[in-house]
Amino acid sequence: MSAEQQYAVELKNLSFQRGDRDIFKDIDIRIPRGKVTGIMGPSGCGKTTLLRLIGAQLRPSKGDVWVNGQNLPGLSRSELFDMRKQMGVLFQSGALFTDLDVFENVAFPLRVHTQLPDEMIRDIVLMKLQAVGLRGAYELMPDELSGGMKRRVALARAIALDPQILMYDEPFVGQDPIAMGVLVRLIRLLSDALGITSIVVSHDLAETASIADYIYLVGDTKVLGQGTPDELMNSDDPRVRQFMKGIPDGPVPFHFPAADYRDDLLGGR
Amino acid sequence: MRRTSTLERIRLLGRAGIDAVATLGRSTVFLLHALFGRSSAGNPLQLLIKQLYSVGVMSLAIIVVSGIFIGMVLSLQGFNILSDYGSEQAVGQMVALTLLRELGPVVTALLFAGRAGSALTAEIGNMKSTEQLSSLEMIGVDPLKYIVAPRLWAGFISMPLLAVIFSVVGIWGGAMVAIDWLGVYEGSFWANMQNSVSFREDVLNGVIKSIVFGFVVTWIAVFQGYDCEPTSEGISRATTKTVVYASLAVLGLDFILTALMFGDF
Amino acid sequence: MQNRTLEIGVGLFLLAGLLALLLLALRVSGLTVGSANDTYKIYAHFENIAGLTVRAKVTMAGVTIGKVTAIDLDRDSYTGRVTLSLDDSVDNLPVDSTASILTAGLLGEKYIGISVGGDEEVLVDGGTIHDTQSSLVLEDLIGKFLLNSVNKDEAKQ
Repeated sequence: MSAEQQYAVELKNLSFQRGDRDIFKDIDIRIPRGKVTGIMGPSGCGKTTLLRLIGAQLRPSKGDVWVNGQNLPGLSRSELFDMRKQMGVLFQSGALFTDLDVFENVAFPLRVHTQLPDEMIRDIVLMKLQAVGLRGAYELMPDELSGGMKRRVALARAIALDPQILMYDEPFVGQDPIAMGVLVRLIRLLSDALGITSIVVSHDLAETASIADYIYLVGDTKVLGQGTPDELMNSDDPRVRQFMKGIPDGPVPFHFPAADYRDDLLGGR
Repeated sequence: MRRTSTLERIRLLGRAGIDAVATLGRSTVFLLHALFGRSSAGNPLQLLIKQLYSVGVMSLAIIVVSGIFIGMVLSLQGFNILSDYGSEQAVGQMVALTLLRELGPVVTALLFAGRAGSALTAEIGNMKSTEQLSSLEMIGVDPLKYIVAPRLWAGFISMPLLAVIFSVVGIWGGAMVAIDWLGVYEGSFWANMQNSVSFREDVLNGVIKSIVFGFVVTWIAVFQGYDCEPTSEGISRATTKTVVYASLAVLGLDFILTALMFGDF
Repeated sequence: MQNRTLEIGVGLFLLAGLLALLLLALRVSGLTVGSANDTYKIYAHFENIAGLTVRAKVTMAGVTIGKVTAIDLDRDSYTGRVTLSLDDSVDNLPVDSTASILTAGLLGEKYIGISVGGDEEVLVDGGTIHDTQSSLVLEDLIGKFLLNSVNKDEAKQ
């Protein structure tokens, strides 16, 4: 297998700045094709930004984003929109279109990108809804659904076009244990059954570790560590260990950078 | 308290200036992208009709009611002043010219900014904060085309129509007060109006004004929604900004347009 | 179906807008369809047109029969040349008709009144009314009145 086929997404020497602040500095990430890759890191380290870079919703300050053999920063606006048909994203809130019902939400990508007849669209939509276990809810409006159901509908919509790459933005946040279990199973199932390349961005250690084949640990503008879940668990790197074991203070400090405590208290102002 | 030095103030001023120019540039690029670029998803006519309904038809009630009242008040006030000079018949002329040249376009634009403009900003801002715009983008649909463009066109089309309806209803309200209540002779009311109102100079100029206002108000509203900070606080700030900026822009532009159209130079 | 009511609503809205524009054109501004063609032009020279404006109406026996389309200065005679465009239906104005600038009410707008003459020949397109009566200028009137009273006083003495 050549390198291009082995990796669905490759970030090379990528830097990204917001204002004067570095979010990423010269990072390299390679996402293997057909596997579930977890991207983990503490809150606010730019995990969602990373997804937006892969989706080309943000342009990197420097470096390349290769997706399926194409360098995204070099593409035109319309080429990008074509490119995105191969990707699906499950947003944190689900991001269902509030003025359409469940059926139309899932049918939307099909109606936009295909000229399929209505009956065929209906069949596909019901199949996708069946896959997430919500076929019975196709007539409901998004505001009638619970948070977990919204995310499942959004998942059905994300796979409507059978994308090659599926990205999940914090899929486990704010889910009750049952909904979480359902999602974990679905993500694994989609990857195994359809051969979809999955990228899971999360800070939920246990769930991500349970489904990911490979994990990147991101933080402090760099890739702190990478490997299979087991390798990371047994890593010697203090920063990796701190995150994986959930130790409050360590190389990633508990305190936000500040002036000396004693000076601040005694100095007055 | 910390004192800011003069240099610091100049720096802040410069920064505000740069921000303003940057926003203007962004909004222009935004407008051009939305209006002229490759068309994508959905039946554009279907999308436009839906927006025409929520932008135009839903604004009709407030426009009609305000129009009637403003026409009636104009008629009443005009009658009181004109009767001092014994020329009550001119009340028709006064009501018609005031409405066609100024109040029709301007008041409609202000009401439009409050009713439709704020709704547009809030709707698009909400879509942004719930990541609907992002998810459209990732589905491969350009939100500028799918969400923004139909709303822009609906605003451009609705505003002149609303302004014309406003003027007609206002003149009708004025006629009702003048003829049925104040006893102005019906024939001279209309004849006077027809003699002094020119289709090209008064009616069409008014329509041109309202087209310009519709363009500016819708542009501001949609851009503020698209550009807002995706939080509930950001949306409410953007909505306020829409109403304030749009109103100021309408009043300022009205002066310039009036000077160009009716001024003698 | 919900889509249907939507479309009907929008259709009614567009229709209402166009109807309103039509009303403004016909009822409010008195625009008549195709009026551009059936008029003819005549000229009238006035010593003083003070206050007359373009678009002022032209009446005969109180009936509006046309309007003023242009006002300019005739270089040779130093008079104001007023271009009138009259309805084609009024094609029997004698050449010796009189045009005078009148005022509607004390402070009202100026307009042109035409009183009919007695000649057999009628005015045709491009013709000129020679017999004109200029606008009443208030200042001149007061001046004359003062001069008169001064003259009277002198005569008495």
